[in-house]
Amino acid sequence: MGAIGVIAVNAFRESLRDKILYNLVFFAGLLIGLSVLLADLSITEHHKVIADMGLAAINLIGVIIAIFIGISLVNKEIERRTIYTIMARPISRASFIMGKYLGLALTLFVNMSIMLAVFLLTLSLYHVPIQSSLFQAVALIFVEILVVTAIALFFSTFTSTTLSAIFTLGLYVIGHLTADLRTLMINGDSGPLKSLVDLLYYLAPNLEMLNIKGQAAVGIVAAPGYVVMASLYGVMYAGVLLTGACLVFQQRDF
Amino acid sequence: MDDIVTENLTKSYASGWPGRPPFVALDGLSLAVRRGEIFGFLGPNGAGKTTTLKILLGLVRATSGHAFLLGQPVGDVATRRRIGFLPESPYFYDYLTAEEFLGFYGQLAGLDRAAINQRVTDLLGLVGLAEARTRQLRKFSKGMLQRVGLAQALIHDPELIILDEPMTGLDPVGRKQVRDLILSLRDCGKTVFFSTHILHDVEMICDRVGIVMKGRLVASGRVDELVRQDHTRSVEVVCQQLKVEGNAFIHSLATRVLQQGQQCLIVLPSPDAVDALVGEIRRQGGQLLSVTPHKASLEDLFFQEATQQASRPLSHMTSGRAS
Ligand SMILES: Nc1ncnc2c1ncn2[C@@H]1O[C@H](COP(=O)(O)OP(=O)(O)OP(=O)(O)O)[C@@H](O)[C@H]1O
Ligand SMILES: [Mg+2]
Repeated sequence: MGAIGVIAVNAFRESLRDKILYNLVFFAGLLIGLSVLLADLSITEHHKVIADMGLAAINLIGVIIAIFIGISLVNKEIERRTIYTIMARPISRASFIMGKYLGLALTLFVNMSIMLAVFLLTLSLYHVPIQSSLFQAVALIFVEILVVTAIALFFSTFTSTTLSAIFTLGLYVIGHLTADLRTLMINGDSGPLKSLVDLLYYLAPNLEMLNIKGQAAVGIVAAPGYVVMASLYGVMYAGVLLTGACLVFQQRDF
Repeated sequence: MDDIVTENLTKSYASGWPGRPPFVALDGLSLAVRRGEIFGFLGPNGAGKTTTLKILLGLVRATSGHAFLLGQPVGDVATRRRIGFLPESPYFYDYLTAEEFLGFYGQLAGLDRAAINQRVTDLLGLVGLAEARTRQLRKFSKGMLQRVGLAQALIHDPELIILDEPMTGLDPVGRKQVRDLILSLRDCGKTVFFSTHILHDVEMICDRVGIVMKGRLVASGRVDELVRQDHTRSVEVVCQQLKVEGNAFIHSLATRVLQQGQQCLIVLPSPDAVDALVGEIRRQGGQLLSVTPHKASLEDLFFQEATQQASRPLSHMTSGRAS
């Protein structure tokens, strides 16, 4: 196992011993269960509400974990000075960042799998048909979470934990709004506001592209080509951010 | 061959305020540590010891100058396989047990599982933590962390061991154990470079020392050589039935004059003045009781350098001159 693998496995082990994660996943289970209660209130769209709520819960908890751990992943090591002995080992700074990221990605994958299992269990308990569109939606949620983690990690290599959280959250919200904003702007006038929206549109990740929850909940299957393209887009965006994170991290003093 | 070489190492930290000049932590520091020796890196708080060590390990970039470890420029990743490092007041992944922790560092160094198991057992025994093998590090005391940190630095059997204040936080027994450990490392042909402000430890085990103050190397060499240089500086002369008050000649020779009842203690800065003083005592009808070359230690040298540094603009004033 190379140095990246060693770091990744250890980062995974760290998160396994972190109680916050269990609480969050438990909370996700609770939310999914809650969807059943809400569904009972609306008689007509019973199935759709359960699927909708479940996907939203998985997405929300996944993003919270990604931001939470993503911003502290590297910062915590610097603040606690655990990084000194690690950087004194035969491992490059870029390998360290990549190892940390992969470890967190592994953690998120396991968490998502658990949440997905709870979700599927709830669906089958209430005889909601399980469609392949749901798997597509969860797969793209996972890609979105990989992007968010990369954003958090990128900011945390040069700002404080708090600022990283704010920036990451901001970019996440913008990432979901830019497409809409731009559509609005196309009809509107051209001015400094439009340029700003354009800039954001090109810089921020287009996270709406990874959001097919609405159609998935009603069983509309997306074209496989679309899922592949959207995933590629997300992975490439994360890759660019990680490269940036490595470059910034390379220059840092500890 | 020199295992550690620094040439004109300078590090300035940005002050964080525009317009305020950067803080110079290291100011042209050059030193060399030879293969197979124990080198003590001495200096008061804030002298720049940790900064130097961080530059050597590639944790901090020097503003200017060069540094080499085992003949390779610092920052060379592969060289670090042959180097062990213990930072000051270390803090480690506290969710790991001692065993997992050392295993992790062994893996980073590329050891296989069998080698790791063997080394972990040996080293935990060596640093006196055999019973704490499966305890999580967050349940470790400060001294225990220091010990497991030392084991971490040695897990891959490095050639060059760099320790930042390895004795800090240890009880007297632990301190002795670490001293013995460092000596045994040298016996195995390793090079040990450690920083400290505990002079006693240095005097006992170091082959050579470097004294750093305000980011500059103010002295370096064998302990006995450094102390001998200092040795020539002070001689204590005790006499009685001598009226020193108002004797301008004696006051001009001495760095300190103390009248205690009948007896009088006169401290001379060097043995050169002894003849002149003894002659003067005779002339004045005093009775000579003793002439003692002051037994200097590293501590005297250290304090002397420290006071010189502190009062650099006023260096013509000698401290403690009687008035
Ligand atoms: N990151 C930093 N930013 C600004 N100044 C720093 C930084 N790190 C160290 N310094 C300054 O550099 C000087 C040297 O610090 P260093 O930690 O090397 O001292 P030291 O010799 O190890 O002291 P000690 O014996 O207390 O450990 C100090 O004055 C310190 O304030
Ligand atoms: Mg220090």
